[in-house]
Amino acid sequence: MSSLLNAYTSVAGEDVINHLLQLSKPLAGKKVLHVNSTREGGGVAEILHKLVPLMADLGLDVSWEVITGQPDFYKCTKSFHNALQGHRITVGTGLLEVYEKTNRENAERFEDVLREADFVFIHDPQPAALIDSIPNRKGKWIWRCHIDCSRPYRPIWKYLRDYCARYDASIFSLPDFAQRLSHPQYIIAPSIDPLSEKNISLPAGEVNEVFSEFGLDPDLPLLVQVSRFDRFKDPLGVIEAFMQVRRHVPCQLVLAGGGASDDPEGQAVLEEVLTAASGEPDVHVLVLPPDAHRKINALQRAADIVIQKSTREGFGLTVSEAMWKARPVVGGDTGGIRIQVIDHYTGFRVRTPEGAALRIRYLLHHKDKRLEMGKRARRLVRENFLLTRHLREYMALMISLMNGSQDRIDISTS
Amino acid sequence: MSAQPFHVKDCALIALSTGIAVQTLREFREGLSLAPASSIYHHFWGRFLQPRFDEPEYNNDFAAWVYHSLHEKALAERLSVIDPTEFHDIEGLRGELIDRVEEHLDLSEWVPWSQADEQFHFMYSKILVMDTGRCLEDPRLLADSVSRMSLGSIFYHFIDARRRTPEKVDDFSAWLLSLGEDYQDLAAAVMAVDPYFSSLKEIRRVLSLCFSRYFKED
Repeated sequence: MSSLLNAYTSVAGEDVINHLLQLSKPLAGKKVLHVNSTREGGGVAEILHKLVPLMADLGLDVSWEVITGQPDFYKCTKSFHNALQGHRITVGTGLLEVYEKTNRENAERFEDVLREADFVFIHDPQPAALIDSIPNRKGKWIWRCHIDCSRPYRPIWKYLRDYCARYDASIFSLPDFAQRLSHPQYIIAPSIDPLSEKNISLPAGEVNEVFSEFGLDPDLPLLVQVSRFDRFKDPLGVIEAFMQVRRHVPCQLVLAGGGASDDPEGQAVLEEVLTAASGEPDVHVLVLPPDAHRKINALQRAADIVIQKSTREGFGLTVSEAMWKARPVVGGDTGGIRIQVIDHYTGFRVRTPEGAALRIRYLLHHKDKRLEMGKRARRLVRENFLLTRHLREYMALMISLMNGSQDRIDISTS
Repeated sequence: MSAQPFHVKDCALIALSTGIAVQTLREFREGLSLAPASSIYHHFWGRFLQPRFDEPEYNNDFAAWVYHSLHEKALAERLSVIDPTEFHDIEGLRGELIDRVEEHLDLSEWVPWSQADEQFHFMYSKILVMDTGRCLEDPRLLADSVSRMSLGSIFYHFIDARRRTPEKVDDFSAWLLSLGEDYQDLAAAVMAVDPYFSSLKEIRRVLSLCFSRYFKED
């Protein structure tokens, strides 16, 4: 067993690694290609950074390509993203042409790899149109949607569906996000990497450093939301909730985030947040570089309560990250947060700033509850949302696609 | 000792969407009749290997949805108490579910409904069976072996076996019975373990205890 796999044994358990080793046997040497639109920033890139080396360690011939484009391409795909999450947005023909052209150009760039791969995982809408340029595909193509598209804006989904329907299968993070498509739709929740810089244990000294580094008061309870500056993450709602809490309990708030190279709206949202936070010394808006993983880790560990008050959320990796650190989470009652934050057990789900304020006040007053929920939260993540489970399901999916429509696949004899 | 050893297998489930989503109790009733048998099975049994909190309030996904999204506590209780092991096949189980929902609809003044973002999504799952490479020749090894089995192995041998084998029994008791009369009592004790109203971890613990007690007394 490689040292990488060995390292996961100590966190995830021997059984989990045995599963991976067994599932890897029928997939040995298979060419697997992942394609997305950013190498850094955002959950998808973060998962691929770990998933790809692990697949390679298990004997798969795996590679990862990133499509690139001009600002108009990202403007268009950000609109797709927002529309899939329900915003009524019109995307002009000009931008759609840029989208199609950019996909054609990228397809030319790594045409051979796309054509020859046994399995091609296309992540999110940005590279979805690549399929159009590769008519003679050798392998199975899978569209992996990480977005909460439970109620997409129909005209945009109709446009994207023409591409997605051509895939051999799709993956959604929750059953609620599945669409009317004629191919199999697999349900696979994302995951966090327990051994990454963002999630490993840190010495207490390093955790405490965040107080001096970011000008925080070590004697005040700390609330933290870590997220890209995105309207769906509702940073303004978090500030509103904080103001309501602080009227009753002294505390401080950190809104920490950064941008992703494929998100052109981040700057505008950040400015709105800075405006809302101006004149509030206990609200700290931190713009961190994409590689500030240890800092984020330390902030989450320093927090008394972690908030993720999204109004739409594909999954919300930051929720599992906080739960892995045994922190209770006050999260938006939406999308993937619902399978992580089990109301009243691992945190609280809320729909309004008022709801968030109420639950935060309760938790600030009940340290025993915070600890109890935090313990349960860590256990839930260990059993369900670690990278090893995610990888197992990707491999199970590939084997399932190799075996057609069978409901029972016996690889014990292979 | 038997010439047929017990091969310890393991399994993993992969979940898929059926594409059927419902929002009202009447739609739910239709969904129950349209969903494939594998979907009914999944929502009773597949959930054991799916992400979940291990202290669920209700024993199947249908009951949980009826309570949490339709807020129909009485029906949720009536659905939750349905024991799938009492039914010879999935169609019998499906019929029982439909009967209870229809009975509730008959008595309701209005059709309960959920919010749009709390619909019930019928899913199903595929099972991948793996070999652990472990093989038991002697039943006395069961106590130790079962306590170290993965939850996937427990699912495969204790739950999945009931739909896989013609006798519809778990693999442990089937193996013990195949060894002759010596282990009939133990097989009966294993068969008495309730597979439904607990978690895989609890089943593993109870089975292991059952084997260790038997061989200690023996």
